[in-house]
Amino acid sequence: MADLDLLRDKGCPLSQQRFTGKDLSPKPISKLDDDAFTRVRVILLNGLEIDALRLKHMIARCNGPLRTKLAEVRRVEHHQATLINWLIGPDHSPIETTIGYEQVAIEVTAEVAQHEPDPYLAQAYRFGLLEDFDHLYRYSALLDRLEGKDANNILQGYTDIVPGRPTMLEHRAPEDDVRRPYERNSARAISKLHAALITAAEYQTHDYYMNIGPQFADPIARQLYAEIASIEEQHVTQYGALEDPNESLLEKWLIHEATEVYAYHSCMQAESNPRIKAIWERFLDYELGHLELVRKLFKDSERRDPAEVLGADGLVPLVFKSQRDFVRQVLAKEVDYRAIGTEFNDRGDESEATLAYRNQLNASGSPSQAVSAGYRWQPGTELNAQAVNF
Amino acid sequence: MQTRTPMGMNRTGTTVSPLGARAMQQIAEQAAETMSDDSLATLRGIAFDEADGVGSVPLPAGVKGVAKSAAAALKGKAPEYLIDKLGERLAFERSGARLYEALITKCEHDPECAAAVIAELHHIHDEELAHFGLLKRAMESLGADPTAQTPCADVSAVMSSGIVQVVTDPRTTLAQSLEAILVAELADNASWEMLLQLVRDAGHDDLVAGFEQALQQEQEHLAKIKPLLQQSAATQMRARKRK
Repeated sequence: MADLDLLRDKGCPLSQQRFTGKDLSPKPISKLDDDAFTRVRVILLNGLEIDALRLKHMIARCNGPLRTKLAEVRRVEHHQATLINWLIGPDHSPIETTIGYEQVAIEVTAEVAQHEPDPYLAQAYRFGLLEDFDHLYRYSALLDRLEGKDANNILQGYTDIVPGRPTMLEHRAPEDDVRRPYERNSARAISKLHAALITAAEYQTHDYYMNIGPQFADPIARQLYAEIASIEEQHVTQYGALEDPNESLLEKWLIHEATEVYAYHSCMQAESNPRIKAIWERFLDYELGHLELVRKLFKDSERRDPAEVLGADGLVPLVFKSQRDFVRQVLAKEVDYRAIGTEFNDRGDESEATLAYRNQLNASGSPSQAVSAGYRWQPGTELNAQAVNF
Repeated sequence: MQTRTPMGMNRTGTTVSPLGARAMQQIAEQAAETMSDDSLATLRGIAFDEADGVGSVPLPAGVKGVAKSAAAALKGKAPEYLIDKLGERLAFERSGARLYEALITKCEHDPECAAAVIAELHHIHDEELAHFGLLKRAMESLGADPTAQTPCADVSAVMSSGIVQVVTDPRTTLAQSLEAILVAELADNASWEMLLQLVRDAGHDDLVAGFEQALQQEQEHLAKIKPLLQQSAATQMRARKRK
């Protein structure tokens, strides 16, 4: 990323970042004709913006002097999030959108896992990846069996639909989801950006499932969303714990703005739809403006150099492509990995607390197992094979 | 599962809170009128003018150069329309099979639903699946991809999403579910009639016989669902009189 400097580049000044009401409700992308990775980028960046709001509201609760500046940046980011989220077309059924969310969780986490320099953090990403990979399989079964639709209409052949670490085995006691954080002074900048990005994506997924789950009439859909939302809460716990708790609030704001710059820049480079590419370009400029503002606040308030936080790493943009080979390798090698406390193990060992918690939660059966009993993905739904017999 | 809808404490009407409703009406009449240069219709109209379509019909294999014969198989003035409509019917039949699966489960848990009715629903389900297979083969014969979601299939799924919600809701009675199924069957009947005409007009004589049979079976479905619904309504009425 030679043409992007997180420590020096200046973007559009905050005072010139404007929206009209019409900007906020743009024409949606085409579910049928746009590349699946355009939808992946839309979902990813919406999640990141929503997390930007979340973080800034939290900082505002703890810091009086920063409140007005936070509100100013937040207003713009709220409108960025609106414009982006409104790009998802209304012809996506909630399960189809869900398939898109899980595709983000798989393809983006796999990309991050391969470029994460810290082996422990990379392991955490691979661990979570196999769980979201399983969610895709369970939701694909639901889409087929409830709506009679093929999840591949959304995935477009980029992402496999097979079981990962079974969802029913993902339920862990809270203490076994809290991971070890990176150390803020020694961690590379990209590690901080990765943690912020994936935490944001998972948070969004959790919140989406919590909102959409009760809108289903079908009892197994309601149960499945409830079950997987619980795992997404675990994932937010896991990924959120990767961030150093000793970072100051302003430091976290700085990292988040840098993450947004990095993500928009990556998305802009990869985008195949010219209209959407222009949006990423515009918002990259906005985010550079936010980053510049926070760099100054950081220097003025904390009397520290932003380079201490963001380092001088050369950043490689995220690549948006099918990670099939990598995911298959991880699946083959690590599906039986488990976690106790902050540590992963390849022996399948688990704590008494997790086993008791899981037994309790699964005591009345497992919706994720029930919905996918006997399910094996086939082109055009599993009814394709059955129809031959009639 | 509730088999009949009882009389009870429904709180949604204004007669439940006449004082509150009257107070609300008074303040609403006194409130300033909202003035706007635009109306709902003008804003909608602008969006209609500016909108892109839902998407495109995928190119048949022959057009992509995979099979030369497939392009020749496409006849008529607008082959993409035929493919779109075939894709729509295919998706509808496939979703219809899932709809009947949910309805059958509901019937199995309704003590008033006779075994003969359940057998009848199984029969309809199997015919929906057969129609799905028929359409799949028809699309393949034209070089079209039956696994693709065509624009009309996409829109049709949006339309029928409410039907899925009604039938799969554990709180809805069998009669309410049958009413949703009736909507699906009425649409299916009319759509098969139009599809048959489309195939005839395009000169795809090889498809006509199969489609005629499918239409006939869909007419039978309608003829079976209507009395089931009437019977279900009559059962509720009788129960009410007994009370």
